[in-house]
Amino acid sequence: MTMMTSRARVRGLGSAKSGTEHWWTQRLSAISLAVLAPLFFIPFAIALGKPWDEVVTIYKHPFNAIVAAAFLLAVFHHMRLGLQVVIEDYIHAPALRTGLLIFVKLGSLLLGFAAAFSVAMIAFAV
Amino acid sequence: MSQTEHGAAVNRGNRPLSPHLQVYKPQITSVMSIFHRVTGVGNSIGAILVAIWFISAAIGAGPFDTVNGLLTSWVGHLILFGFALSVCYHLCNGIRHLLWDAGYGFELDQVKTTGIVAVSAAGLMFLGLMIVGWMN
Ligand code: HEM
Repeated sequence: MTMMTSRARVRGLGSAKSGTEHWWTQRLSAISLAVLAPLFFIPFAIALGKPWDEVVTIYKHPFNAIVAAAFLLAVFHHMRLGLQVVIEDYIHAPALRTGLLIFVKLGSLLLGFAAAFSVAMIAFAV
Repeated sequence: MSQTEHGAAVNRGNRPLSPHLQVYKPQITSVMSIFHRVTGVGNSIGAILVAIWFISAAIGAGPFDTVNGLLTSWVGHLILFGFALSVCYHLCNGIRHLLWDAGYGFELDQVKTTGIVAVSAAGLMFLGLMIVGWMN
């Protein structure tokens, strides 16, 4: 550590060249969600349980569509980072741990993009 | 200490135990912390359901009706009810976490006060969401 300046240490520029990044992006996603979640859940609570054509009408509104897509991308990013920490804390068997981490990372990327893309499809096409 | 003493039979004296979950008195600090993690995992399940709901709506009215039917069954309602509670708690307590991250609210009395504020705000938010969902 004596070879490293305090600033470099705080910025996490060790041999791995990262360190604070996970913590920081998790907080950024949390701040975004503190705003996006209320904006998302109000139209969502209204839409839930309604027939398909009414749901489509609600999400054809640009505001609802943009909020929903942004929320879905932010939530799956936040969820991936959060679940990663939970897995690292409780799952110690190396193979299971690595497998779960890969599953969570790829699964949340895929679901997040698929869900945001679906909102765009509803807004533009159907 | 005699030669025959070994393993669990060794007298380790009457020393204090380190705090372990099973013998540790629940307090607002520890309980709220655990619930943040529990609701984080619960929210993940809810987020997956939300994603499936949007994807089915994009595919068409048929698949949407199937998913919507499951979500509006009584089991579905129970899950959504839990999801709403979980999101409201996690959101309000998440703001508390962000304030800590920014360096505020570390005194014990502040931790207790903000805890009560977060739980109350979550309760109000949940009621509001239920009313919006019900009325529309
Ligand atoms: C449906 C939406 C959400 C999901 C799926 C979710 C999921 C998670 C998960 C799995 C964790 C990890 C829990 C742990 O390590 O103990 C977490 C942590 C966290 N969440 Fe969320 N969350 C959601 C919404 C929110 C919102 C709206 C906020 C707004 C402030 C937020 C703020 C936080 C914060 C600050 C942490 C870190 C807590 C800590 O320092 O341990 N989350 N979330």
